Amino acid sequence: MAGAKEIRTKIRSIQNTQKITKAMEMVAASKMRKAQDRMAATRPYATKMRSVIGHLAAGNVEYVHPYLLEREEVKRVGFIVVSTDRGLCGGLNINNFKGAVAEMKKWSEQGAEIDVCTIGKKAQSFFRRLGSNIVAERSDIGDAPKLNDLIGTIKVMLDAYDEGRIDRLYIAENEFVNTMTQQPKVGQLIPTVPDTDERLKHHWDYIYEPDSKEVIDELMKRYIESLIYQAVVENGACEMAARMVAMKSATDNAGDIINDLQLVYNKARQAAITQEISEIVGGAAAV
Amino acid sequence: MANTMQVDIVSAEQEIFSGDAKLLVVSAEMGDVGIAPGHAPFISKIKPGEITLRVENEEQHFYVSGGMLEVQPHVVTVLADTAIRADDLDEAEAQQAKERAEESLKEKQGTPDYAAAAAELAEASARLMVLKKMRNTSR
Repeated sequence: MAGAKEIRTKIRSIQNTQKITKAMEMVAASKMRKAQDRMAATRPYATKMRSVIGHLAAGNVEYVHPYLLEREEVKRVGFIVVSTDRGLCGGLNINNFKGAVAEMKKWSEQGAEIDVCTIGKKAQSFFRRLGSNIVAERSDIGDAPKLNDLIGTIKVMLDAYDEGRIDRLYIAENEFVNTMTQQPKVGQLIPTVPDTDERLKHHWDYIYEPDSKEVIDELMKRYIESLIYQAVVENGACEMAARMVAMKSATDNAGDIINDLQLVYNKARQAAITQEISEIVGGAAAV
Repeated sequence: MANTMQVDIVSAEQEIFSGDAKLLVVSAEMGDVGIAPGHAPFISKIKPGEITLRVENEEQHFYVSGGMLEVQPHVVTVLADTAIRADDLDEAEAQQAKERAEESLKEKQGTPDYAAAAAELAEASARLMVLKKMRNTSR
């Protein structure tokens, strides 16, 4: 019977696909562990940075950085969208873009224009297709992102803020909750609200070297950079986790299909045999 | 009076040192500074170079390519840069990011290679100095 052979080739092809998805799952799992370690390694810097910024805000500072001030009129809003370079990671990117687009819509309804800065190939192609105004982009960051790779991209957005071309800066990122869940999130970067430590509220100030403006400028820049860097590193962990889960379900689905096909194949084979026997028996009776 | 202070040296990519120390010497923006426990609140940029830490009776050396230093009486934080930083270099990076956005077809504009080379040279020589010093102390 012709059907049986076709089904057999189909089963084999699905088995091959299953092998690939299985391999990808395992690769993603081992990469995820490394990405999680990287995420943990960036945390001390971020906490230290936050506490220094908190000290600054609580201290008696004579210079208030523009990143801490809310602008009254918002004419243009900047968005940094963090995504992956590669696909096959479930709905990770799309969910993130959905959140970003919803926030963008809210702003454009208020008459503000949107500038987009994309990190990762997926965001780039998505927002290009959408026809957004992409002012900076960065892709091919790899599995171990370096702050070096991001400085330029971040600077474009910070410069835009300094020069008044944008009045607010958001970041759309994925939050790593656990292996199974990644939470897309749109957070406000500038103006930023540092969490001040109330216990430190007394009258003292730093000795600045060379002077307060220069130091605080530098510090705020690094603060924003560290936030974005952390988002990128976290996104890396999210990507691997999402890919692992997606590939696991792909492997499971392939297994289900193989089982179903196997059943159909067995039936077809049995039907062919039965038919042959009845034909022989029928032929013998006729003689 | 405590004679040690908590010192944390962290970079964006990893934690470099965390623990108690008696003295910290670092090249700040306006010259080398030594920080002992109980120092007044102090905040400064730091230049590429080495950080010397006295822990118990031995000295430890670290190399940083710039960053920030924050001093509280009992806590000293060094926020080290991992990247080579220079204003014109940042500018070049920013320019590249823009160019990438303006379609990747007609790229390859003259990037300030000189700035990159100069910053790299400064970093390399600072790194060399640290290495030399470490070699001297270990013998």
